[in-house]
Amino acid sequence: MSNDWPLFEVFIRSRSGLEHKHVGSLHAADVRMAIEHARDVYTRRLEGVSIWVVRSADIAASDPGEAEALFEPARDKVYRHPTFYAIPEEVKNL
Amino acid sequence: MSATEPQDSLRAGGTALEVARLRYVLRLGDTSLVLGQRLGAWIGHAPALEEELALANLALDFVGQARLLLGYAGELEGAGRDEDALAFLRDAPEFLNLTLAEQPNGDFAHTIVRQWLLDNWQLEVYQALSSSADTRLAAIAAKAVKETRYHHRFSSGWLIRLGDGTAESRQRVQRALDELWRFTDELFTPDEVDERARAAGIAPALPELAARWSARIEQELRAATLQRPAAQPYPWHGKRGAHSEHLGHMLAEMQHLPRTYPGARW
Repeated sequence: MSNDWPLFEVFIRSRSGLEHKHVGSLHAADVRMAIEHARDVYTRRLEGVSIWVVRSADIAASDPGEAEALFEPARDKVYRHPTFYAIPEEVKNL
Repeated sequence: MSATEPQDSLRAGGTALEVARLRYVLRLGDTSLVLGQRLGAWIGHAPALEEELALANLALDFVGQARLLLGYAGELEGAGRDEDALAFLRDAPEFLNLTLAEQPNGDFAHTIVRQWLLDNWQLEVYQALSSSADTRLAAIAAKAVKETRYHHRFSSGWLIRLGDGTAESRQRVQRALDELWRFTDELFTPDEVDERARAAGIAPALPELAARWSARIEQELRAATLQRPAAQPYPWHGKRGAHSEHLGHMLAEMQHLPRTYPGARW
């Protein structure tokens, strides 16, 4: 039966102020059922205070075949990391 | 069939109010226990893995309610019976659950209709009991009503989805409604236990709850495009210990292990 139901991706926010994190996926007939299933599958042990669900088919993803073109060029650009500044002694917690 | 009083130790001793309080708490606890056991039987049989988890979660909520209520009942009785003794060492005529709760799971539509009718009943009862003069009962109800709100969200969602779904799902859910409807008569028909508990401020007045229950049932049936069955006379009184044939079979399975191996530990 669940094969007839579309797949949803589930995102859970563990505490107020934090971001929603992807935790997994499940089948459901509609968004209401998807949230109920997500509640039962992923928040049984107080893992979250907020749930997002989105149809997996609605997610556009980058193509692993293009990984080289997309991500390799960043490899030799170490200057993009903010590690080249001399930090004054007085500045704490940076 | 006349509603016979069970011949058990509950009648022994105590004022009329003490007996009524104990019976009232047992009715609530037994209804949760029996329903929890029924729902648990879906494990391994649910139509989808996700639904199986949902039903198991519901079952655990009901067993949790039963533990609190039967634990309290054991203290009220004062005969040294704890929640386990009450759950596993009583026979069917001593159980005081609503007859609706013990009805077999049937198909998924049956389970959903049974659940939905009882969720709506529990919503009213637990909400009212949250301000009971019996503070122990009020605390249990205040905790349980949060669970019930979710149960109702689950069961009413399915009722509408099935009722307003395919021709087959609609036919199945209407049939379940027609078959189970007669057991709703018991939910809000007060007897002397309900009356005595109400007079003492322990329990709410059932006719007031009945009106709210009926209005919400009506509204949700409309959303599900289902027909409300006509009122039917009802000869069984689970809450007085007069049960349908189904409870005994269910208890035989539920109680088999602790009765065969007394004191067995997990």
